[in-house]
Amino acid sequence: MKATATRAIPLSLEMLPRRQHATVAAIDWQGLSVPEARRLRELGFDEGVDVEVLHKSLFGSGPIACRIGRMTIALRRTVAAAIHVSPVSIRLQK
Amino acid sequence: MTTLPLVALVGNPNAGKSALFNALTGARQKVGNYPGVTVERHSGRLALNDGRPIELVDLPGAYSLDPSSPDERVTRDVMMGRQAGERLPDAIVIVVDASNLDNHLRFALQLIALGLPVVVALNMIDLAERDGLTLDAAMLERELGVPVVPTVAVRKRGLEELKARMSSTIGSGNGVRLRPNEGHVGEDIVTLQRRARALSIKATVAETTGRRWTHLLDAIALHPVSGPLLLLGLLFVMFQAVFAWSQAPIGWIESGFALLTDTVNGALPDGFVRSFLTDGLIAGVGAVIVFLPQILILFTFILVLEATGYMVRAAFMMDRLMAGVGLSGRAFIPLLSSFACAVPGIMATRTIDDEKDRLTTILIAPLMTCSARLPVYTLIIGALIPNTRVLPFVGLQGLVMFALYVLGIVSAYVAALVLRRTVTAGPSSGFMMEMPKYQWPRLNDVAIGLWSRALIFLKRAGTTIALTVALLWVLASYPVAPAGQRQSEYSIAGRIASGIELVVKPIGFNHDIALSLLPAMAAREAAVGAMATVYAIDNPEEPAGEGKLAQNLRGRWSLPTALAFLMWFVFAPQCISTIAVTRRETNGWKWPMFMVGYLFALAYIAAGATYWAAIAIGL
Repeated sequence: MKATATRAIPLSLEMLPRRQHATVAAIDWQGLSVPEARRLRELGFDEGVDVEVLHKSLFGSGPIACRIGRMTIALRRTVAAAIHVSPVSIRLQK
Repeated sequence: MTTLPLVALVGNPNAGKSALFNALTGARQKVGNYPGVTVERHSGRLALNDGRPIELVDLPGAYSLDPSSPDERVTRDVMMGRQAGERLPDAIVIVVDASNLDNHLRFALQLIALGLPVVVALNMIDLAERDGLTLDAAMLERELGVPVVPTVAVRKRGLEELKARMSSTIGSGNGVRLRPNEGHVGEDIVTLQRRARALSIKATVAETTGRRWTHLLDAIALHPVSGPLLLLGLLFVMFQAVFAWSQAPIGWIESGFALLTDTVNGALPDGFVRSFLTDGLIAGVGAVIVFLPQILILFTFILVLEATGYMVRAAFMMDRLMAGVGLSGRAFIPLLSSFACAVPGIMATRTIDDEKDRLTTILIAPLMTCSARLPVYTLIIGALIPNTRVLPFVGLQGLVMFALYVLGIVSAYVAALVLRRTVTAGPSSGFMMEMPKYQWPRLNDVAIGLWSRALIFLKRAGTTIALTVALLWVLASYPVAPAGQRQSEYSIAGRIASGIELVVKPIGFNHDIALSLLPAMAAREAAVGAMATVYAIDNPEEPAGEGKLAQNLRGRWSLPTALAFLMWFVFAPQCISTIAVTRRETNGWKWPMFMVGYLFALAYIAAGATYWAAIAIGL
């Protein structure tokens, strides 16, 4: 593995700063509608996977784009708020 | 008749399925529809290496067998052998994006569990390599227990091997066929996902962080400041091109039709047949075909933006704005297509999973200024709006055209706001979308898309519009008016129009307009063809043509009437095809009737208000 994780206080994906690598700590499935939860799973969101926020829109309420696995996914902030992540500090082993 | 073995292409969205389908079948494709739903069925024939012909069908992309849109439902039902109009496939080719294995393998595992004969196409292997991924196809084949063939659809790499493996998978064609095992589908998505991820790690020999190009481009395209600017710029160039680039080809088409008229005039004696051909058919159909260049330019932009992967980025940036009226960024793509034509636009709403969200998008799609309105706008503006400059580089004519487009957009926005709070009220829908890698648009795929659009338009001009103007010509030509009376008023068509005129007189419409409204129901642009035909009949000694039509209008219409007519066309649902596709997409008459009702009401009110306001300020 290229990165070593340091445990930190979980925060939501919505709050995660751009370009900060993190792993999904927990997802509040109950807080999501059934189709939302299903689509989220289908797009690869799951406890333990790596995630990173790539883009946020100009105004504070637009959607965010994040990388999960090798995909880029756009989702709304309400959904991102249900995804709890733990930031990892990256040490690349060249 | 023996039916050919059926092979289905299945896979996630963005796996390169359609490119593989195009590469395998080439031009031997058929586009149809599944009965009862408007999901398109793309099929084609090809010969396997042993010479056996098979039918290949390209199923809609899906993330799983648990459907969340009509498109995905078709994919699942075909896989289960219970889709009407489709037999159970004899084999499936699962297309996976080599650079996105952990996601795409999950669906592949679900599909393999169905028990149908399978070949996996490890597609876009070149892009995966470019992204720094080295994959072990043999290992994947051992783990999955089915043949795995690396392919690059766009370069036609791996196709021969794929066909060879398909041949041996289908076998002799008379073996025992198992019904798909439905029991397995229930396997929970989390378990499947974890297995897929483990498999993906196992099959990956080496990996570096990838998608460099995509990340680089996204840094601009999704940037909070440069992103929206880029989108605005693209839209500006697109609409500019529709007008600027089309002038030359429009000129060629016009001279072509003028030549045709001259030829007919020279070859035939004066009389019924000649008048029917030149005044009726050529004048009417020609007035419509002239707009083919503009429609093609618009579709070229839309097809290229879709093919590059930019369209999803546009949806991302529009989501905030759309959320304001209870829609999602997904609605942006169908609405943008509706600028070309509401019919493909409404069909494109199938990718919206939320029912209420989708319905609202369908109901407002006709408010986008479709290319069929262009002939009407161009003619009226050219004839009756003075060509003065309001600002340097800004002409009044262009400004009016721009205002009509903006008015359509603003009305759609307001309509969505109202609809989402009344008839289509419901919880706000979400927005969750995969953003595909950027790709060079493949000329071939764009050309195929463009060709099918051109065919649809020409077919319409050749059938619906030709029939309408022909019928109108007959109705407008008989009975022949006595001297001193206008043919366009004395004829049968004229008398029907006089009836309509009673209803539309209060909003400033004259007899000519009343006459053009009925043929415009067949297709909006037929209004132009109808007027061309009527004026050609009224003035048989004058040669017909666009310029003549505009001259006639100047003599017979006032400015308030012209403005009211333009407003009418912003709103009026004057297009049978749109109503028909709405009926199909919403499974009944309730919503198309509602749409027709609210749009006609808006059109009547807007046209009337404009007319009286224009009179009041003394225009």
